Amino acid sequence: MRSVSLGFGGLKVLDALSFAVGSGERLALIGPNGAGKTTVFNILTGVYAPDAGQVLLDGADITRLASRFRIRRGLARTFQNIRLMPHLSVLENVMVAQYAHTPGWLGMLQPVGFGRANRWRAEARAALEAAGLGKYAAQLAGGLPYGVQKRIELVRALAARPRVLLLDEPAAGLNPAESEALHEALEAVARSGVTLVVVEHDMHFVERLCTRVVVLNFGCKIAEGAVAAVRGNPLVREAYLGSERDAA
Amino acid sequence: MSGYLEGVLALLCINTVLAYGAFLPMSAGQLNLGIAAFVAIGAYSSGYASNALGLNPILAALGGFAVAASVGWLVAFPILRTRGIYLALATFALNQVVQGTILNVDAVGGAAGYPVSAHVGFPVVAAFAIAVFALVAALFHTRFGISVTAVKDDERAADVMGLSVRGMQSAAFTVGAGLAGLAGALYAHYFNYIEVQNYGVLFSIYVMLYVLLGGTQTVYGPLLGAALFNLLPELLRGSAAWRYVIFACLIIAIMSLRPQGVLVKR
Repeated sequence: MRSVSLGFGGLKVLDALSFAVGSGERLALIGPNGAGKTTVFNILTGVYAPDAGQVLLDGADITRLASRFRIRRGLARTFQNIRLMPHLSVLENVMVAQYAHTPGWLGMLQPVGFGRANRWRAEARAALEAAGLGKYAAQLAGGLPYGVQKRIELVRALAARPRVLLLDEPAAGLNPAESEALHEALEAVARSGVTLVVVEHDMHFVERLCTRVVVLNFGCKIAEGAVAAVRGNPLVREAYLGSERDAA
Repeated sequence: MSGYLEGVLALLCINTVLAYGAFLPMSAGQLNLGIAAFVAIGAYSSGYASNALGLNPILAALGGFAVAASVGWLVAFPILRTRGIYLALATFALNQVVQGTILNVDAVGGAAGYPVSAHVGFPVVAAFAIAVFALVAALFHTRFGISVTAVKDDERAADVMGLSVRGMQSAAFTVGAGLAGLAGALYAHYFNYIEVQNYGVLFSIYVMLYVLLGGTQTVYGPLLGAALFNLLPELLRGSAAWRYVIFACLIIAIMSLRPQGVLVKR
């Protein structure tokens, strides 16, 4: 994205923010609460339109493109506060995302309801089973535990066959074992050539998964580079811990 | 089959079609209180087509579907900009506009009602009802079925997942309007007399109750709701004056025991 700005009323949430992510790269977006990380995702996926600046995907300007066309171009996301459809089964939630790669009338009128032999149903079931979630397939998504819903959301995003996957705090609220399983899953996704952009507070998780970090504070980029390099940056320390003068 | 039984069953078939007309927009999360307007449009346009233009009543009924669906599609764009209670009010207003308009058109009898001379028998009505049920059930076993639920559950997430929220909503609204029109057309040609005063908001609310009572989560709910609403009062006929009191109490009982409708998903 290129010098993107967005304000809500008098509050400037993003101020001329630019960053790029290369194909197949693993980028982390970090910063204190309220730095504008989720807002960046909302602009990238078209939930908000920026006041100024551009969003480019493969060199094409998608700044004004509606959300639903962005996922069809390969830009999928998960949400910080999980947004599975509570009145659909887990399997159906995954099947919703398949529409992104079979859009239009024909895709909409594909039969998906009957039996295991159905192609879409079988694909969704296989994806769930590969993620170890097969046993939840027939249950309504609304009533499942938090950790399970998070994993389902990842399977759903992948069912859209994205080239770029935006993950909003994927490890938040997971226990160490779940976090480890998530790491393994995302490693596999990245190895398959999918570009990852991750918003995450767990620095240990970021360090293992991502190769590059962009640090935001008050809507501005304050640092960018390898995890270790960014960690020693005084601006970053100040953003997270307050300046040393304040502490004194 | 006795005339009485046939009449009850024909009305059940017509109301089943109607229930699906109300169910479709509701499945996408819209409360359409103007369903009676589309019934009136279908009834009067098909009645006029068979009376004045001499069209075969079955074709006229399909025409009633087409006219009501077209009107539904046209009003979907402005009306679906509103949400929740405002959508209910907008469709309520639409109901009043359509009713008032037909009341003032002398070519279809105005306030005196409109006799429709061409008749369709019970088998035709039943065939239409079965076809509508089969088609809607099939539609809800395609990706459309899960997509409307997705739109109802979370519009923004559905949009980010690639679904056209407005597209799904206007499609559901349009097909629903068409089915309501078809129900009106069948009524007009089975009972051969229509009166626009009947198609007020109370009528719309009644249809809404079929669907809410049967359950909005599955495609079988409206069928069950229509059956309960049409057959229970007949079965209670023995208790004459008290039957509607008993019926209303039964509805309250069902709603408190099964707030999501009788049929729910799992």
